[in-house]
Amino acid sequence: MATDLAPPPTEASRKAKKQKAPRVPLGAAILRYRWLYLMLLPGLAYFVIFKYLPMYGLTIAFQDFVPFLGYSGSEWVGLKHFETLFAGGDFGMLFSNTMILAMLIFLIAFPMPIIVALMLNELRINVVKRSVQSLIYIPHFLSWTIVAGLTYILFSVDFGVIANWIHSVVGGGKVDYVAQADWFRPIIILQTVWKGTGWGTIIYLAALASVNTELYEAARMDGAGRWRQFWHVTLPAIRPTIVLMAILHSGHLLDQSFEQLWLLTNSLNREVANVFDTYTYYVGITQGGYSYATAVGLFKGTVGVLLIFGCNWLAKRLGQRGLF
Amino acid sequence: MKQTFGSRVFDVVNTALLVGMGLITVLPLLYVLAGSFATESEIATRPFFLWPERFTTGVYEYIFATPTFVRALITTIFVTAVGTLVQLALTLVMAYPLAKKGLPGRGVVLNMIIFAMVFSGGMIPTYLVVRDLGLLDSYWALILPLAINPFYLIIVKSFFQELPEALEEAARIDGASELMVFWRIVLPLSKPVIATFALFYAVAIWNDYMSPLLYITDNTKWTLQVLVRQLTSPEAANALATVDSANFFPVEGIKFAVVVIATVPILCFYPFLQKHFAKGVMIGSVKE
Repeated sequence: MATDLAPPPTEASRKAKKQKAPRVPLGAAILRYRWLYLMLLPGLAYFVIFKYLPMYGLTIAFQDFVPFLGYSGSEWVGLKHFETLFAGGDFGMLFSNTMILAMLIFLIAFPMPIIVALMLNELRINVVKRSVQSLIYIPHFLSWTIVAGLTYILFSVDFGVIANWIHSVVGGGKVDYVAQADWFRPIIILQTVWKGTGWGTIIYLAALASVNTELYEAARMDGAGRWRQFWHVTLPAIRPTIVLMAILHSGHLLDQSFEQLWLLTNSLNREVANVFDTYTYYVGITQGGYSYATAVGLFKGTVGVLLIFGCNWLAKRLGQRGLF
Repeated sequence: MKQTFGSRVFDVVNTALLVGMGLITVLPLLYVLAGSFATESEIATRPFFLWPERFTTGVYEYIFATPTFVRALITTIFVTAVGTLVQLALTLVMAYPLAKKGLPGRGVVLNMIIFAMVFSGGMIPTYLVVRDLGLLDSYWALILPLAINPFYLIIVKSFFQELPEALEEAARIDGASELMVFWRIVLPLSKPVIATFALFYAVAIWNDYMSPLLYITDNTKWTLQVLVRQLTSPEAANALATVDSANFFPVEGIKFAVVVIATVPILCFYPFLQKHFAKGVMIGSVKE
C-alpha cells in the first residue's frame, strides 16, 4: 500500500537512492545530513505523538479500557464492543442517519457550486461577477459556531426573523425549527449550502476559465447559439472536473462535519442527528465509555479509508489523475 | 455580435439571480450587525431591519464589562497568535528537509505523513493521548494536537522543491550550514507562502470549536467560539438569563453581538484570505 501512496517524485527519488544507498554507510549519512535530520525531528515527534500514538491507542477498542490500568493492564475482550455496536439498536440509527444526510448533501449541496459556477461563467459584466464572488465566498471562513448562532437567531420561535416570516406566510401554529427532529435535516442542508456553495465554485470556475476560446469561436462559426455553445462546449469542458469532484466527495461520504452536527443536536432531535462522530463523542467523552466509543470510531475510520481508496481507484479507472 | 431576445432575457434573469444569491449570503450577517446595535424591544418587535431605529451600544458596553467575555476574547487572541507561530514554525522546519530529494529516509517519512492523512486514531485515542500528556485544560491542547496540517506541509514542501537550487548551492559553498541556508536564503524567498499559511492556520485556530469542546472543561479558560455557542444556543442562553440577576441582561442582543465580535476579525482579514485561499485551493488541487 505504501508504494501506491507515494507520489511519483518520491518513487523516482527512491529508485535513485537504491542505487546509491550501499555506498553511503548510515553513520556517514547521519553526519552529513545532521542539520536536515535535526530539522525533521520536531515534526516527526508531532506525527509520532499526535498521529501514531492514537493509532496504537486504537487497541483499546478490543479491551475494557480502564484509564487507571492503562493500555497494557486493561482486560482484552476481543470483539465485544463491535458486537455491542452491531447487535445493539444504535448501529441502524447511526448508519441510516449518516446515509440519509450524505445522500441529501450529495443531491442538493454538491450540485449547487456547479450550477452557480456555470451561471457566473455566463455573466458578462466583470464587476458584477467579481462582487458576487466576493460575497458568496465569505461564509466559508466563518466558524460553525457562528453559522449555528446565526441559525438559532434567525429560526428561533420567539424572535427568529425567518421563522416569523414563514409563520406569517404559511400561517398555522408556530414551529420550533431548531429544536424539532423533523427540521434537523433541512436546516443542516441549508447551512451546508449557505456555507459551502460559493467556495465550491472556485474549482469549477478554474476549469471553465481554461476552456479554449477557439472552441467557442468554432461553434459560433457553425451557427451555434448561446445554448448550444453551453451544451456542446462548456458542459463537456467541465465534465471531467465534475466526475473527479463527485468521486472525491464520495470518498469523504462519512466525514460530515462534527462541529456542524453537534452544534445543532439537542435532546429532541438526537434520534435523527446522531452520526458516527457525534455518537463517538457522546458515548466516549460525555459518558466515559472509552473502549466502546473507540470501537465506533475505528469502524468509521476503516470504512472511511476503504471508501477513499475505492474512490481513488475508481477515479484512476475513469482516466482521472486521482488523489494519490 | 447581435444578441437574440432570449439571450438578453437570460442575461437579465441570470444577473438578478446571482445578485440575489450574493445578497442572501450577506443579509443574515448585516441583520445581526444591525441587531447588535438595537434595543431588546426593537429586536423583539421589528421583523427585519438593516439599520436600528434607536442606535445603542448598550449590549457591547455590557459585554465588555463582563470578565468572562473579556477573558475569552484575550484568551482566543493569545492562543491564535501563539498557535499560528508554533504551527507555522513546525510546518516550515519539517517541510525543508522533506524537500531535499537526496535525503536518505525521506520516502519513509513522506509515506508516514500521507498515511496519517487518510487514517487516524480518531477522537477518543487522541483525547487519551492529550490527557496522558497532562494537557487537559491547558491552552497547549488547542495548539499542539493540530500543530501540523499534513496537507499544508505537503504544499509547502512542494514549494521549497521549486526554489532555485543555485542560490542554496552558492551559500553552501561559502560554508553555510543547512540551518543557515534555510534561515538566510529559503525563508526570505518564501514570504508569500508563509503569509498564506499563517492565515490558513490563524483562521483554523480562531474558528476551532472541537478542541476546546474536547480538552477544556474549566470555564475560566473558554475561548470565544465556546462563548458564542454558550450564548446563542437556546438552552444555555436561558440558563444564563436566570443565573445572572443583574438589572440589565440583553438576552437577545448579546447573541447578536457575540456573533458579530467572532465574525469581525475574519472579515477584516477577508480581502487577504480571498486572495491567498483561492490560490491555496488551486495549489492543493494540483498533484505533487
